Amino acid sequence: MDVEFTCHSGEVLAIFGPSGSGKTTILRSVAGLYRPGHASIRSGAETWSDTDRAAFVPPHRRAVGLVFQEYALFPHLTAVRNVMTALGHRPRVERRDRAEALLNLVHLGGHSAKKPSVLSGGERQRIALARALARDPAVLLLDEPFAAVDRSLRRRLQNEIDSLRRTLDMPLILVTHDFEDVVRLATHVLMLERGRAVASGPISTLMSRPDLSWLREAVGLGSVFDATVTRVHADRGLVELTFDGGTLLAPAGGAAPNAAVRVRIPAREIVLATNPPTGLSLHNVLPGVVTAVHADTAFAAVVVQLTVGGVALLAEVTRDAVGRLGIDAGQHLHALIKSVSIELLASDAHDAEDNR
Amino acid sequence: MDWAALRISLWLGAGTIAILLPFGVWFGRLLAVRDFRGKLLVEALVTVPLVLPPTVLGFYLLVTFGARSPIGQAFQALAGHPLPFSFQGLLLASAIANMPFVVQPIQRGFEAIPSDVRDAAACCGLTPWQQFLRIELPLAWPGVLTASILTFAHTLGEFGVVLMVGGNLPGQTRTLSVAIYDRMQAFDDRGAGVMAATLLAIAVATLMTTTALSRRVNPSRG
Repeated sequence: MDVEFTCHSGEVLAIFGPSGSGKTTILRSVAGLYRPGHASIRSGAETWSDTDRAAFVPPHRRAVGLVFQEYALFPHLTAVRNVMTALGHRPRVERRDRAEALLNLVHLGGHSAKKPSVLSGGERQRIALARALARDPAVLLLDEPFAAVDRSLRRRLQNEIDSLRRTLDMPLILVTHDFEDVVRLATHVLMLERGRAVASGPISTLMSRPDLSWLREAVGLGSVFDATVTRVHADRGLVELTFDGGTLLAPAGGAAPNAAVRVRIPAREIVLATNPPTGLSLHNVLPGVVTAVHADTAFAAVVVQLTVGGVALLAEVTRDAVGRLGIDAGQHLHALIKSVSIELLASDAHDAEDNR
Repeated sequence: MDWAALRISLWLGAGTIAILLPFGVWFGRLLAVRDFRGKLLVEALVTVPLVLPPTVLGFYLLVTFGARSPIGQAFQALAGHPLPFSFQGLLLASAIANMPFVVQPIQRGFEAIPSDVRDAAACCGLTPWQQFLRIELPLAWPGVLTASILTFAHTLGEFGVVLMVGGNLPGQTRTLSVAIYDRMQAFDDRGAGVMAATLLAIAVATLMTTTALSRRVNPSRG
């Protein structure tokens, strides 16, 4: 295991990799539940682990909030007691009110007297989250937080955590093998493969790198960037998105005006053209400059990085097309994108609120 | 009805629990959460009284407690009388004979706690002592309860070890089960019958208490 990373307040670092790549070990090391042979772990000005100086702070003296994969609630305690267990650092008289407030924050206000065994998977996950926050942690750690819930609930919980973390002034580290978690939640990504960091950096930078063959094999390449909904064409079933490079038309999919959204465009879905075409059903034609061409013998297609304003798009094209169009760095090209191939990931909490 | 024998039986049962339970909780938890060299041997040694004939166990205990052993000599010097054939000797022998009945259920109880739950307690800021008292012990409670009941029931019924180490001294080491044998030898069928019925009643009451208590501990499974 050889990794190095930093995560600041307000950032969400997704540690992403296949099962067995050592993701959970990293998280457990941060929490102090695992003692690596060689490590240096710091939180703000505090040193939590430093094997060179034989320094080790035991887990109960580290201000970490950890949401376990299987939640690990205390089965003999009610929801509110579960949360109160993590409030030992606060004065006794405040604890119950604080626990109730946290349960309200995760939309579990009415369930405080219930034991975990009578609650659903999603409700248990929310208690686990409230309990992790109760510690007033310096860092919030989430270990595969959505692995045990079904798809629709997962979407809702992702949105809740996303809106919640915007109000929290702490770094958040998320361990996951689900790429959707990464795209929906992460601001930064650390990609792991067999205990080694394959790549790391801000998500938009990382996702516009043409050379990540592991990612390409696992989920396919595709650039990820943030945009704002500037107009909703309800009659046409489309929304207009403004990003740092122009505007896009995408299927509406429930996005509200002025909502901040995250956009992912799969590299296979982008067509490149030397001249802006006419007479097509296509909505999106973006002019840009080729900033990289990546040919990898392991893959048939070539990845072209096209920079459009402040955003780098990736397009997978055939070797033949590269030859015919003479694609090379510095060339001006147009990216043609079907609106239906644009993946819109609403990052506002509104659709989570609708469901309650 | 030999009231003195009943009193001694009950005292022996309660005393054995009192001595063994703190040890059993400490040791059972240790076996449940720690891995160490020789753990297999230690577990086997703890279980030995379960499979050994009571007379064999009684023989070794008698040798260990005897006037020629360091333990026997130390006790003689402190108490002024020998350890074998005294209530104290009986209590100590009973504690050793009941070791597996206490350690095993408690060990299983602690083993049943997922390691994540233990880790979560630490991440909640609980000190190791608080983790034990507030999370682990309440969760392992059914195991502790089972251990107490098994020990009590087993002590009341113990015969071989009692006879070997304690003998049959009325008012000191004669327990109810030994008294029943004693009455039968004297052809006092009625006396033996009354005492046998008493032991049966105690056994049934004990089991009913266990069931009631475990329902209260875990209503969802009751």
